[in-house]
Amino acid sequence: MKICFFHLMPYRFLPDDFETRYRSVWVDVPHSLYDPEKTRGLYHEFLDELEFAEAQGFDGLCVNEHHNNAYGLMPSPNLMAATLTRRTSRAALIVLGNSLAAYNPPLRVAEEFAMLDVLSGGRLVAGFPVGTSMDMNFAYGINPATLRDRYYEAHDLVLQAWTRPEVFAFNGKYTQVRYVNIWPQPLQRPHPPVWIPGGGSLETWEWTAKLDYVYCYLSYFGYKRGKATMDGFWDAIGKLGVDDNPYRAGFLQLVCVADTDAEAERLYAPHVHYFYQKCLNVWEGFAEAPGYRTLKTLQAGVRAQIGAQARKIRQSLDWPKYLEQGYVIAGGPATVRQQLTECIKSLRVGHLMVLLQIGSMPKDLVFHNTALFAREVMPHVRDLWPGHKDRWWPSGAPNGP
Amino acid sequence: MTPKDRTLDIRDGAVRFRVLSAGRGPHLVSFHSFHERGGWSPFLDRLAARYTVHAPFHPGVQGSSGVEALDDVLDLVLAYDELFDALGIGAAHLVGHFFGGMVAAELAATLRPRAAKLVLVSPLGLWRDDAPTADVVILPTEDLPETIWRDPASPVAREWAALPENEEENVAAQIESVQRRAAMAKFVWPIPDKGITKRLHRIAAPTLVLWGDADRANPLVYAEEWQRRVKGAALRLLAGGHMVLHETPDAAAAAVMEFLDGGWTPR
Repeated sequence: MKICFFHLMPYRFLPDDFETRYRSVWVDVPHSLYDPEKTRGLYHEFLDELEFAEAQGFDGLCVNEHHNNAYGLMPSPNLMAATLTRRTSRAALIVLGNSLAAYNPPLRVAEEFAMLDVLSGGRLVAGFPVGTSMDMNFAYGINPATLRDRYYEAHDLVLQAWTRPEVFAFNGKYTQVRYVNIWPQPLQRPHPPVWIPGGGSLETWEWTAKLDYVYCYLSYFGYKRGKATMDGFWDAIGKLGVDDNPYRAGFLQLVCVADTDAEAERLYAPHVHYFYQKCLNVWEGFAEAPGYRTLKTLQAGVRAQIGAQARKIRQSLDWPKYLEQGYVIAGGPATVRQQLTECIKSLRVGHLMVLLQIGSMPKDLVFHNTALFAREVMPHVRDLWPGHKDRWWPSGAPNGP
Repeated sequence: MTPKDRTLDIRDGAVRFRVLSAGRGPHLVSFHSFHERGGWSPFLDRLAARYTVHAPFHPGVQGSSGVEALDDVLDLVLAYDELFDALGIGAAHLVGHFFGGMVAAELAATLRPRAAKLVLVSPLGLWRDDAPTADVVILPTEDLPETIWRDPASPVAREWAALPENEEENVAAQIESVQRRAAMAKFVWPIPDKGITKRLHRIAAPTLVLWGDADRANPLVYAEEWQRRVKGAALRLLAGGHMVLHETPDAAAAAVMEFLDGGWTPR
């Protein structure tokens, strides 16, 4: 079992009435709400938290990409990963990831990931999300009709740039390059492990399985709601006749550990509430540009995690409901151990990503949560998948293949 | 009037057009926009009294397919050129609303012999930073009526806004709406300025620019801009909102026919 520490880098100084005064935390959130001096402090806190997680024994550190977003101050996860290559030495650096369609040419991603892989001594996991509609279609102006096509082509280019021994020409529909020849090449051979963060699109499951990549479901709504999606993934795997190694899957879960269940509520409830009520307050119009989802996925009834319906559900939530519905696994060590075990087993995930910095949580509380998790929970779930080999772990990190 | 409903393939079926046709007289082709879900309308009924009206669905919308095969506005224009051949039409009057207005203008600018006369109803295609067109492609259902209808409480607006109560039909209607908007958004994302200003001077057909005086989706400053950029274009305002063709089909059809029959003299 691999346990990874995921950071979103949320801005934690949104006003108390944010969700009633402003329609969206994403895309058109006014930057008058943003204070660069405070953010300077935040970035260093966030990096301290990531570095602390390695010291506490987490296997991997996860960073990701968002744009125009007050809960994700990380338009470039590569910059954060770069600093981590210098301040960490053991943890896998899991960049989840670079939204390929946003880069022109996408060779930039091949180059920067190669740099990170070399700098870190082969500890990089290369994540390639399609990207959310908010990030790609609205913040970056990419046409929803061609986003996926662009993504697949960019993926092919990056993989070829990493693996083909010769200088070659790439005559794509969206990218044409006469001389593809990136320097440096990645350290890991044939290339760093590839993980695909997805939001439940049917096509992504099949594609991920066929290419033998890891599928990561990054949900904010916990393991109970995530089960349908992960079941869909495992069904797709089964239909393709591929083995059901749990390391093919990753899942993100919010977790809060305290000495007792009551203490967990006292310590974490306001920050969890900040996350769900402010950080996920996204205007319905931005939830999904028309054309972002394929017809097949629409017909399968896959809906956005945000938008009007999600808002109605969210607004009705309080601490007992966050817990009862599994959005957050929180409580004393015994409670968390029991539920996290259920999460891992029911979803069949070998790569668990935990979000321990949630919403407005300050650094001392994040350290508290992280240390308690590492000491009281991690050892109890470590050995959950005996007999399965993790072929998707970077070779430069411990316990690599 | 029940129009003839048929499909016509071009490019060996790579693009398929579903076309509604009715009426008699000179050919008139009508191009719809994002929010006209039916294809046929009382406005077209009135035009069909004097013209042979053809109302194609854009590729990707309700039985027309192949939008994946079309990369940009030029591709779309050429597909329509081939549709005209399939319909056996040489030249026709071109009438288009908003997105459809942009398509009609592009056709008239690119393939001049195709356009007899041109009617642009609140066309899309220009961009002014000081007066951005409303982002009607993404507006949530509850915010849309007040933007596109002069009176969202009017019977026509309410009928338009009503979704089927049956769960299955309701889901199907929502998926149709997403698909319809997606098919057109492809050609204008993220900003509907795709260089038409470089081509508008080529329009040779007599042109009428028609606008609802209470159009909250496509501000009136664009009406003046279109009139200025299309040589000799006439501008006529009607009492109505963005959906003026549906709000006042009689007045709109009368204005169009007056222009097409020569009663309205382009400057």
